[in-house]
Amino acid sequence: MLSKKRFLPLAILLIFILSIVGCAQQQPQQQAPPAAEQTKDVILATTTSTQDSGLLDVLVPEFEKKTGYVVKTVAVGTGAAITMGQKGEADVLLTHAPSQEKPIVDNGEAINYQLVMHNDFIIVGPESDPAQIKGTATAAEAFKKINEKGALFISRGDNSGTHTMEKNLWKAAGITPTVSDKYQETGQGMGQTLTVAQQKEGYTLTDRATYLAQKKNLSLAILVEGEKALLNIYHVMQVNPEKFPKVNAAGAKAFVEFMIAPDTQKIISEFKVAEYGQPLFYADAGKNEADLGK
Amino acid sequence: MELIWQGLVKAFQMLFALDPEVLEVTWLTLKVSGTATLVSVLIGVPLGAILALGRFPGRNFLVSLANFGMGLPPVVVGLWVSIFLWRSGPFGDLNIIYTPLAIIIAQAVIASPIVVSFTLAAIQQINPRLRMQLLALGANRLQMLWSLVKEAKLGLLAAVMAGFGGVVSEVGASMMVGGNIKGQTRVLTTATVMEVNKGNFDVAIALSIILLLLAYGVTALLTILQQWRSNNG
Repeated sequence: MLSKKRFLPLAILLIFILSIVGCAQQQPQQQAPPAAEQTKDVILATTTSTQDSGLLDVLVPEFEKKTGYVVKTVAVGTGAAITMGQKGEADVLLTHAPSQEKPIVDNGEAINYQLVMHNDFIIVGPESDPAQIKGTATAAEAFKKINEKGALFISRGDNSGTHTMEKNLWKAAGITPTVSDKYQETGQGMGQTLTVAQQKEGYTLTDRATYLAQKKNLSLAILVEGEKALLNIYHVMQVNPEKFPKVNAAGAKAFVEFMIAPDTQKIISEFKVAEYGQPLFYADAGKNEADLGK
Repeated sequence: MELIWQGLVKAFQMLFALDPEVLEVTWLTLKVSGTATLVSVLIGVPLGAILALGRFPGRNFLVSLANFGMGLPPVVVGLWVSIFLWRSGPFGDLNIIYTPLAIIIAQAVIASPIVVSFTLAAIQQINPRLRMQLLALGANRLQMLWSLVKEAKLGLLAAVMAGFGGVVSEVGASMMVGGNIKGQTRVLTTATVMEVNKGNFDVAIALSIILLLLAYGVTALLTILQQWRSNNG
C-alpha cells in the first residue's frame, strides 16, 4: 500500500516540517537559559514614545552590553505600564505621567523613583488653524477655544501619559470633554493618533519626540508650545520586590542605575540632535523636578 | 502613489541587501508559525479523525465547537493565553510570557480548530465503503486509519495551509503574548504595526511584501506536494 510514488511527497513534507521544528528547537538551546540564568531577563514596561522615537533602540543594547542582562521591552501606554507594575508583571517602569506615578510610589508598589529626562508636549493642528489657537499663552486657553469653535480634537483616549496630560489640561480649562463628532478618541499610540489627526485635519496633543520623528509624514503645525505646564517628564522606577517576589530586583536596580548614569544621560541628551537640529529629550538625572523648565 | 513606490523600492533593497534584522524577523516568523502549525496538526488531525469516524453522544456539539473555533479572534486568544502565562497567572513560574514559545502556544490554539475542521471534512467525505473494504482485507484499526489519512491527504494539506495561513497573518495574539521584543519575539506582523506607529510607512510596506512572499512561498510548496500526490495517485 505504501508505494514509492505515494511515499515520496509525504517524506518531503515530513523533512520540511522536521527541519522547521529542528531549527525552532535549536534556538532555545543556543540561548539556553537554564533555571539559574533566567533572572537575566529584565521586563521593562514603558510608554510608546520611548520606543517609537527610537531612543530605546540605542539605550537597550548599551545596557545589555554593559550588564549582561537581556531586556524585554514592552511598549504600552503609561497607564498600562503602571498597571503592569502594580501586578508585578514588569520589573522596571519608564513612564511619563507623574500624577499617575506618585500614587504607586507612595503606596510602595514602586521604589527607587528617579527623574530621567524631559521634553515637552505641544498642541499641533492644521496649518489653517480653524480655532485660531496659535499664539495662545496657555494650553488651557487653547483647549477652551477649540471647544468654543467646535473644532475637531483627536484624543489618545488610552490612559497613556499623553492622555493623562490632556485630561489635566481639559480640567484646567474647566471643560469635561465627551466623545462626539468634535472630540474623538483613537485608543492607539501617539504615532497612529498623529496620523489620524493628520487625515481628519484635527488638533491633538503630542509629545515633541514622537512629533519630530513623524514630521516627515505630517503637515500638522506646532500651534502652542513652551508653557511650563506642558513639560513632559519621564521617570524610571523599580517594581517593589518585597511586594512581588517574582520580580527581578537586581536587574531592575541595574536598569535604574543605568538610566541615571552620566554616560547614559549623555546619550539621551545627544540623541538625534544631528537629525532634527534640536534635542528630542533633555537629560535630567539628579535634578529637582520642580526646577525643570526654568 | 509616491509612498507605494518608495515602499516597493524599500522592499527590494531590504530583500536583496539581506538586511540582517529583516532576515532575523522573517526567519523567526517562519519558525514560530511553522512550529505552531505542526503542533496544531499533531493535535488537530487525530481529533478531526476521531470526530469524523466516531459515533458518540455530544459529537455534534464538538463538531460545532470546532467549526466555531475556526473563527476564534486572535486577540481573544492572546488575552487568555496572556492571563495564563503572566507571572500572576497559573503558569507564571514557567517564565514563558514574552518568549517565542508563548507565541507558538497562542498560534497553536488559533490553528488547531482550523485543522480539526478541515481534517473532519476531508475524512468524512471518503466513501465509507473504503473502510469496510480495508477491514475486510484484514487491516487492523491503525492500518485502516493510516490508509484513510493518506486517502484524505488533499484535504489534510489544505488543513495545513489554512492553519499556517491563519497564524502567519495574525497580529493580535503575537503582540500580546510576545510583546514585539526586538531580537526575541518580533515577527513580521508585529514589526509592521510598529513601523506604522513610528511613521516609517515605506519600511511597513516592505515588511508587508516580505510577509506576503513568505506566506505564498510556504503555501506554494505545500500546494506542489498536494497536487503531486493527486496527479500521480
